[in-house]
Amino acid sequence: MNLYGKAWKFGDNVDTDQIIPARYLVTSDPEELGKHCLEDAEPEFAKKVRIGDVLVGLRNFGCGSSREHAPISIKAVGVSAVIAKSFARIFYRNSINLGLPLFETDAAERIEQGDDLELNPATGEIKNLTKGERYQAQPLPEFAREIMAAGGLMKYVAKKKGLGRGVGRGA
Amino acid sequence: MPMTITEKILAAHADKGEVRPGELITCRLDMLMGNDITAPIAIKEFEKAGAASVFEPDRLAIVLSHFVPAKDIKSADQCRIARDFAKKHRLKYFFDEGRGGIEHILLPQEGLVVPGDIVLGADSHSCTYGGLGCFGTGVGSTDLAAAMITGETWFKVPESMKFHFYGRLAPWSSAKDLILYAIGQIGVDGATYRAMEFTGEVVERLPVDQRLTLCNMAIEAGGKSGIVAADEITLEYVKPRAKRPWALYKSDPDAAYHSVYEWDAGKIGLQVACPYSPDNVKPLEEVVGIEVDQVFIGSCTNARMEDLRIAARIMRGKKVAPYVRCIVIPATHQVFQEALKEGLIEVFSEAGCAISEATCGPCLGGYNGVLGAEEVCLSTSNRNFPGRMGHPKAKVYLASPAVAAATAVTGKITHPEEVARETEA
Ligand code: SF4
Repeated sequence: MNLYGKAWKFGDNVDTDQIIPARYLVTSDPEELGKHCLEDAEPEFAKKVRIGDVLVGLRNFGCGSSREHAPISIKAVGVSAVIAKSFARIFYRNSINLGLPLFETDAAERIEQGDDLELNPATGEIKNLTKGERYQAQPLPEFAREIMAAGGLMKYVAKKKGLGRGVGRGA
Repeated sequence: MPMTITEKILAAHADKGEVRPGELITCRLDMLMGNDITAPIAIKEFEKAGAASVFEPDRLAIVLSHFVPAKDIKSADQCRIARDFAKKHRLKYFFDEGRGGIEHILLPQEGLVVPGDIVLGADSHSCTYGGLGCFGTGVGSTDLAAAMITGETWFKVPESMKFHFYGRLAPWSSAKDLILYAIGQIGVDGATYRAMEFTGEVVERLPVDQRLTLCNMAIEAGGKSGIVAADEITLEYVKPRAKRPWALYKSDPDAAYHSVYEWDAGKIGLQVACPYSPDNVKPLEEVVGIEVDQVFIGSCTNARMEDLRIAARIMRGKKVAPYVRCIVIPATHQVFQEALKEGLIEVFSEAGCAISEATCGPCLGGYNGVLGAEEVCLSTSNRNFPGRMGHPKAKVYLASPAVAAATAVTGKITHPEEVARETEA
């Protein structure tokens, strides 16, 4: 299934404090977190972003704390995917676990604010409809694709462990 | 095949003879940790999945540290979710305010992490535990929730980078200066997905407190973990407190590394990370004289006894500069008590510092010392991205407790020697 949206362009090292400032971590309610998404980097972002839009960063996107509130707020505000030259490790892991598609490619540099994009999470293909260009991102490792296909890590684990019928340490 | 210490620990927990960087493996976990920000989400996910019990309740620690004592109604509610869960599942290792502290200081202090462990913490600074010769790494809440059910998790075996410090520490310098220097050299993404291994005669002489500081900031270079092989110094610390048996590992001499850095510690000197990034590191001399509004001595990076002792040594008999405030927060309740007994709290109090029970508080701009627009703070913590300690326009400089204490006394960034000379005269 392809995703369509407009690009919101950011720079290097967009850290989790900019994605969701710590002062809002007193809650874990997605809707509440979505309202403050990227507030310190782009104050009007949560108001202006449309469902399906795509975040585009450069190096080390999502660095900083382990807070899952960051990908939660990004998903809750309606963003469909994130493209960056590179991702910080914990953000990458959290996004896979929550089913937020990530595209890692140096071509993030080519994309500008407001470009219309079409993305294929399965193949990692990105079409820049505004510029008439195509980019290829690193496809996700198979293991990660399985987690995404199951609808996130918890559903994946629940299925594997046959949850609801009592669980213990893996046999 | 020769392996690094990290590869050996991972292989042992995956029941494999050997592992190679890049390999995806599933590992048994020795200890799990969640805090008042991350545990509530993990608990929600755990319950939503229909799980009945934690795989082994004694392998899960829940530590309330960030917004405690509760700063407002919402944070009180988050703490309650964690507390109710701890009660329901009879968690032995649940730490509330007044008995706990900041998780990364608390778990080693309580003997809940030991050499050879794999520790999965739902907090990015879980890399701190590597200071005891174990593999500690930070994850998000969902990873924690899954691990609470299964007792295991997946890892991609990281490549290792070696940071070798030889010679002797420069006067006044400490592990904080070494790690700031390393981050300044390789950048905030210089170790992304990799393990940072610290070696050399300088590291071998560091007390455990400082080894924890060294590993604490591995994440600021993007690292998956930081590690110092356990030795006699480690065991002296671990033996009286360990709640579980430990295992000692060390890297084979011919193990393969992504990269190796060798630095003469004597040439490193005091370091300061300037706004707005932990890799914007300069020698202290280049920033001396910058005026500050606040000094913060606290956080999981630098608020152990070693840190407070050096700060108190500099501040003894001195006052915090006019129009400047200094906040001191010992990292755990036990550190607070020890500091009280040693008379350090008195030194800080006499100097006019604001002192509080253990909490992360100002480190993440939570409460108890949040910065306003344009304010300047010198902090012993680990991050200075825009907005980290409050207003996005506030400026945070990161340095060691020695520099922090001297700065509090003069009101501008100052070399500790300058203040200590008078104190000890
Ligand atoms: S002291 Fe700061 S860095 Fe350490 S756990 Fe608390 S908020 Fe995180």
